[in-house]
Amino acid sequence: MSSIKIRTKRLDGNTQIRTLISHPMEHGRNKDKVTNKLIPAHYIQVLTVTHNGKTIATCNMGAGISKDPYFAFLLKGGNPGDAIVINWVDNLGNKDSEKHTIT
Amino acid sequence: MALDNRFQASMMHTDTTALIHTIDFLLMIPYPKKSAKLIMGNPLWRRLSLILISFLIALPLYATPKQDQAAFRKHYQLVFPQLKLADYANGVYAIDEIARQSWLAIEEFPPYETAIEEGKKLFNTAFSNGKHYAHCFPNKGIADEYPKWSKTQGEVITLAIAINNCRTSQHEPALPYEKADMVNLLAYLSHTSRGKPIHVTIPKNDPRAMSAYEQGKAFYYQRQGQLNFSCATCHIQNAGKKLRSEILSASLGHTSNWPTYRLKWGEIGSLHRRFAECLTQIKAEPLPEQSVEFRNLEYFLSYMGNGIPISGPSTRK
Repeated sequence: MSSIKIRTKRLDGNTQIRTLISHPMEHGRNKDKVTNKLIPAHYIQVLTVTHNGKTIATCNMGAGISKDPYFAFLLKGGNPGDAIVINWVDNLGNKDSEKHTIT
Repeated sequence: MALDNRFQASMMHTDTTALIHTIDFLLMIPYPKKSAKLIMGNPLWRRLSLILISFLIALPLYATPKQDQAAFRKHYQLVFPQLKLADYANGVYAIDEIARQSWLAIEEFPPYETAIEEGKKLFNTAFSNGKHYAHCFPNKGIADEYPKWSKTQGEVITLAIAINNCRTSQHEPALPYEKADMVNLLAYLSHTSRGKPIHVTIPKNDPRAMSAYEQGKAFYYQRQGQLNFSCATCHIQNAGKKLRSEILSASLGHTSNWPTYRLKWGEIGSLHRRFAECLTQIKAEPLPEQSVEFRNLEYFLSYMGNGIPISGPSTRK
């Protein structure tokens, strides 16, 4: 199961893209309540959004963004059937990608 | 406080002096001379205590669950005449229009979807003996039937308990009630029951069921904690009014939307977690999830909300 969920909606000839990503987004300064040790940092560093293969947004994310981040963009234009691909890479080298077709 | 008492009083019959005379009279019937002496020949305080005792014995006869339910709903009809029964499934968003708008926006892309998917995966994962949850729950949409009275176990069985009973019967370790796996399973089962009206029954052939219901009701109206609030203080007496910036919800339908993703928690959690939080908020000692008190309370509240569609999982502030 992908960690990325994407929804799109056509609004007055534009396309609203919304995405919800399941990710712990640990910034490295939280302590484990039981062991009292620091929880190692684990957060998304780069998020990219492509529209029909062309990159439309690159987000350099830091540790300050909250758990399970949610983003919404408004894409000018966009047609039903266009492909939206969102992928992320985190500081531990994990990555995920999800494809969505505008309806 | 006055309102609270008035509400309670309206649930029983009212005219006290008439009642005292009636009870005096009734106490005298079986042994006319002796009782007359017992009642009339005693000082007032003793008469009153006799009356009180007989009143306490008579109390359960006064309000059957059906009557409780009618009185409970009548109160909310007076406060919120614009609401239909099904509207109560949306909790405070049925009465708070501004919060409703932002809630509807969240519901377009709800944060609890992951929980449903995880729950579905867990539900379809085989136990070590090769059987599935479906072996215990052949029909998935069952959240509307819980909490249930179990005659064999002699206690109220909530859906979470039923899940663990299923696991134990298949020789699997029980799941902790507050952890993600249990909540995700509840989310999936609640999702598959969406829209089904709650129908909780109190079996007539088992007096223990009635007693569990009465205990739940007593817990609901019992003032406790440093603030000395009962559940009714906020959710009956002050329902629809403001508590700082928040509008207090009606108790009707309180059990229909669980588990819930609360923005305050930042994750999905169970009804009993919310119960415990309520107790903390009135500065009372919180009880553990699935404790007898909470299960009885859920039994009482679900019975009050019979007929309201299941709307879980949901999002709340």
